[in-house]
Amino acid sequence: MQLIWDGLVQAFFILLNLDPEVLEVCWLTLKVSGTATLVSVLIGVPLGCILALSRFPGRNFLVSLANFGMGLPPVVVGLWVSIFLWRSGPFGSLGIIYTPTAMIIAQAVIASPLVISFTLAAVQQISPRLRLHLLALGANRRQLLWNLIKEARLGLLAAVMAGFGGVISEVGASQMVGGNIKGETRVLTTATVMEVNKGNFDVAIALSVILLALAYGVTALLTSLQQRRSNYE
Amino acid sequence: MFKKTRYLSLAILFVFMLCLVGCGQNAEQAVKKTDVILATTTSTQDSGLLDELIPVFEEKTGYKIKTIAVGTGAALAMGEKGEADVLLTHAPADEQKLVEAGLVTNYQLVMHNDFVIVGPADDPAGIKGTATAAEALKKIKESNSLFVSRGDDSGTHKMEKKLWEAAGITPEVGATYQETGQGMGQTLIVAEQNKGYTLTDRGTYLAQKKNLTLEIMVEGEKSLLNIYHVMQVNPEKFSEDIAGKMNTEGAKAFVDFLVSAEAQEIIGNFGVDTYGEPLFYPDAGKSEDELGK
Repeated sequence: MQLIWDGLVQAFFILLNLDPEVLEVCWLTLKVSGTATLVSVLIGVPLGCILALSRFPGRNFLVSLANFGMGLPPVVVGLWVSIFLWRSGPFGSLGIIYTPTAMIIAQAVIASPLVISFTLAAVQQISPRLRLHLLALGANRRQLLWNLIKEARLGLLAAVMAGFGGVISEVGASQMVGGNIKGETRVLTTATVMEVNKGNFDVAIALSVILLALAYGVTALLTSLQQRRSNYE
Repeated sequence: MFKKTRYLSLAILFVFMLCLVGCGQNAEQAVKKTDVILATTTSTQDSGLLDELIPVFEEKTGYKIKTIAVGTGAALAMGEKGEADVLLTHAPADEQKLVEAGLVTNYQLVMHNDFVIVGPADDPAGIKGTATAAEALKKIKESNSLFVSRGDDSGTHKMEKKLWEAAGITPEVGATYQETGQGMGQTLIVAEQNKGYTLTDRGTYLAQKKNLTLEIMVEGEKSLLNIYHVMQVNPEKFSEDIAGKMNTEGAKAFVDFLVSAEAQEIIGNFGVDTYGEPLFYPDAGKSEDELGK
């Protein structure tokens, strides 16, 4: 019990003193996971829409792949992204292994299937009659798609939250492709693991509390966006 | 009818790939000459030693050290593949193989500390004060006491295997022999929780001690010395493709720094304030045979 209390006290002081090292780690965590979520939304929402609205041979297979990808183990992603980005790997010439860019790529790979699947579910459950209705009102393709996306926004924001929650909490891929380099690729999850290894349980607890607070803050923001807009209409 | 969106999304995807690649290249161009990748064992990072040494080095030389803390086995493998520029590890026998193959050059002794066998205070196997580690391991085995192993091919694990061999025992994973596959810090925690014996470097044990009731059981034997060497990866042994990405000057500067009087002094003083004894003993310029005398 003493340990938990010490950790909470430590977390409070770290936040109170705005410890620059911890702030840097927090900022990097948000930057990497935020960018990765953005990338996965830009990839996942269009792909999810296409899968939801079109019918072609092999579609079911792709949908099952996306659903399967929701459970993609971060360490597996980390390993494969590392292999590709190492100096000896096919993309070694980019020289981005052990950089935030590498972490963003790995996290985007983890989050994209989540966004695709959530988008697919959100768009597909819209009544097909709405589509006919919009077409009958003379909507062109762009207007049609825009209206469908608006209709599916609850689900789409859930997709964003799922993606963000998935990547901000993962440690395996970040550790492998980022390397937990101080001031560069050290994020809250990898820092927590390191502090445990150092025996600094109180700092580790403090970091975990900060991580939870950060994740909750972002999710709460997105939730308020999701719920507020759905009350208007 | 949704062909257009498909093209659009493909275009977005493509643009994003380009962005990512672009970012990466810019970043690379900006940092190419300064970044040095150091592959090292976890004990140098987890003890906090590197946090003392690296800022001094970076300040002095303008290089930026990227520390990848993994087990010694993994660190040496990174060197063998040319993924790192400089290595700081503690498995002399395995390092020697790389030296002989010419894969690493400028191989320098940096420091040492020692391994100790720690165990629960009530010492169920009765090994406290045993003269040799091999004898202690035999007793642990005979009394069916639990031994927790790193099992991760790290320098500590390599040492442990050597000691089992000396004891004439081939441990098998089971109720009395567990492999964690994790770093020393985590393994100590597992040994603590499961009331087992384990082999640890003294530095990590001292750093973790505030969370542990485990006590030192066996120490001081010469074969338990834990010797750290630094070496730079030899670009000549790699294809131009890989060698071109290495930072040989930076690696050399780091090796030179670690054996410099300044770094040796930092190493010798490190941990004295906190633990009342140094965690590592500086050894630059000595030969391995002189240690532990």
